[in-house]
Amino acid sequence: MALAARHLEANGIPTVVYGCARDIVEHCGVARFVFSDFPLGNPTGKPWDVPMQRAIVGLGLDLLESARAPITVTTPHRWGPDEAWKVKCFTKERPFLSVDATEKWHRRKAAYRGLKTEGKV
Amino acid sequence: MDYVRYIDKTREYYAGEGYAKPYHWAHFDSIPFTSLTKPLGRCRVGLVTTSEMAVLEEPGPWDDEADATRDVYALPTSTPTEKLYTRKEAFDRYETTLDDVESYLPIARLREYADQGRIRDLAPRFQVIYSQYSQRKTMTVDAPEILRQMREDGVDVAVLTAV
Repeated sequence: MALAARHLEANGIPTVVYGCARDIVEHCGVARFVFSDFPLGNPTGKPWDVPMQRAIVGLGLDLLESARAPITVTTPHRWGPDEAWKVKCFTKERPFLSVDATEKWHRRKAAYRGLKTEGKV
Repeated sequence: MDYVRYIDKTREYYAGEGYAKPYHWAHFDSIPFTSLTKPLGRCRVGLVTTSEMAVLEEPGPWDDEADATRDVYALPTSTPTEKLYTRKEAFDRYETTLDDVESYLPIARLREYADQGRIRDLAPRFQVIYSQYSQRKTMTVDAPEILRQMREDGVDVAVLTAV
């Protein structure tokens, strides 16, 4: 995603990225980034919370107009009363992908390696 | 508490699962930046997402789950929201859901801003990009295809949502 934003930006299209994984997006580097400190999944606001979604999307539009250099803006919203999810994510208690999704991921990865070996990608 | 360091977290997590080789996240020393050259209210907005959108009861590229290279595809932004759903499996399924499309693909929210004159309008299609194993493919195939479609659609600025 960040790579695509960089490509658009390098070719004259101003961009704004919305995301919840701040370190990954900033490690790559994008022109304008609206960061929600939420669990992975809802970069433009909590499900069904229309006022919050409107506010977060609006922040990005503001950045398109106001930014003069690469910038990250953190939204003022909190996910909930506690932040236990930050500790629990990516642990054995909460495996990130389901068993089924992990198997699919392995199958695609193996297929991709096969194509690479054959020089097709 | 400070924000989650996913690069460190995933490295530790997958090492614990027996994966010896850590993923190398893309990194660059400089950041391309383009300033807006006309009022936002006169800009057409393009929309790109990693949310693996699909349309209910319609065939599409999302049907081929074994496809290892999964190219960018586009869907009309006029697709009724109730027909859109996501096939994304990589999100925090313990904490949240992807049942509300607007929480990661803000078509209705952007249309509201268009109605208010904050932006001119939405592009006729949005693009779905997969998180690829190959950063090279993202940079040399997927991203140029998105750029090509956006130029064809007269897009002035782009909104990208990373699920």
